[in-house]
Amino acid sequence: MTRKKFINLVVALSFALFIIISFIIDFDFGIRVWDNFLLFAKDMLLILPPAFVLIGLFNVWAKRETIEKGFGQKSGFKKYIWSFLLASTTVGGTFMAFPVANALYHKGASYSSIFSYVTAASLFMIPMSVMEATILGIKFTAIRLLSSIPFIILTAIILEKIFRKQNYKIPESK
Amino acid sequence: MIALYIVAVIAIIISFIVDKGKTFKGLKMGLKKFLKILPNYLMILIIIAFVLLISEDFIIDYLTQNTIFIGMISALIIGSITMMPGFIAYPLAGILVNKGIPYMVVAAFVSSLMLVGVVTYPVEKEYMGMKATIYRNIGAFFVAGMIAIITGISYGEVII
Repeated sequence: MTRKKFINLVVALSFALFIIISFIIDFDFGIRVWDNFLLFAKDMLLILPPAFVLIGLFNVWAKRETIEKGFGQKSGFKKYIWSFLLASTTVGGTFMAFPVANALYHKGASYSSIFSYVTAASLFMIPMSVMEATILGIKFTAIRLLSSIPFIILTAIILEKIFRKQNYKIPESK
Repeated sequence: MIALYIVAVIAIIISFIVDKGKTFKGLKMGLKKFLKILPNYLMILIIIAFVLLISEDFIIDYLTQNTIFIGMISALIIGSITMMPGFIAYPLAGILVNKGIPYMVVAAFVSSLMLVGVVTYPVEKEYMGMKATIYRNIGAFFVAGMIAIITGISYGEVII
C-alpha cells in the first residue's frame, strides 16, 4: 500500500513538473497535454463528489434483502431489467459504474447483475446516446442499443458461471 | 451533471430528515471511499491526456485505409486502448462516417471505446479485483465485436 502511494506520488509530481517546465520553455506538446488533462478533469472529476455522496447514502440506507430481491441470485430475469434501468440512469458511464457495482455486490447483488450493470452503464448513458443519435443518426443508435442487450446478458451469465465455479470474491472497497 | 448534484442534495436532505446519524455515517463513508480512489482517477486522467494527443489524426488516417474486416478489428483494438469522453468521440465518429468509413467500423470503434477500458484499469481493479477486470474486458470486447457485426449487417455492408 505504501509502495503504491509512493508510485502515485512520483507519477503525479513528475507530471506536474513536466507541465510546469513545458509552460516555462513554451513546449507545445506539454501544453496540449495539459489542455487535454483539464478537458477530462472537468468532465470526470466533477461527477465524483455527488456520485460518492449517493454511494455513501446507499450503503447506509439500502437493505440487503431489497437488493437481494432485485439483483440477487434468486431474482431471475427481473434482475437484468433492474440492472439495465439503473445503468441507463448512471451518469458518467463506466467510470462511475465500478464503485456502484462494488456497493451493489456487497449488498447481495449477483455477479450477473453487476456485470450486466457495468456493461450496460457504458453503453446506455442517456445523454451520450442522444448526442450519438444527432451525429450518427437514430438508426445507428437504435441498432447499437438493441443488438447489445442479448450479448450483455449472455456475457454476464458466462462470467457468473466462471466466477461462481472459482468462488471468486470481489474486493471490498473501504 | 447538474441533475446529479440536484439528486445528491435532495438525497442528503431527505436522509437528514429521516435519520441524522445515519446520514453522517453515509456521508463519511462516501468521503472516505472518494479520497481513497481519487489518486487512481487522477492517474487515469494523466494517461488519457497523453493518449488522446496521439490518437485523433492517427485514428482517422489508420481507419481510412483498410478493408472492412481489418478496419473493424483495428477499430476494436484502437477503441479498446484509447478512451475519450463522448463530446470528443462522437464528433470524431461523425468525421469517420463523412470520410466514407463503413458504419460497421464506426460501431466497432464507438462500442469498444465505451466498453473496453485498458486505461481505466487502475480504477476497475480496485473495485472489481484484477481477475474480474480482465475477464470483464474480454467479455466486453466480444460484445463490442458483435454489435459491430450486427451494425454491418443492418446497413448492408456485409452480406451473410
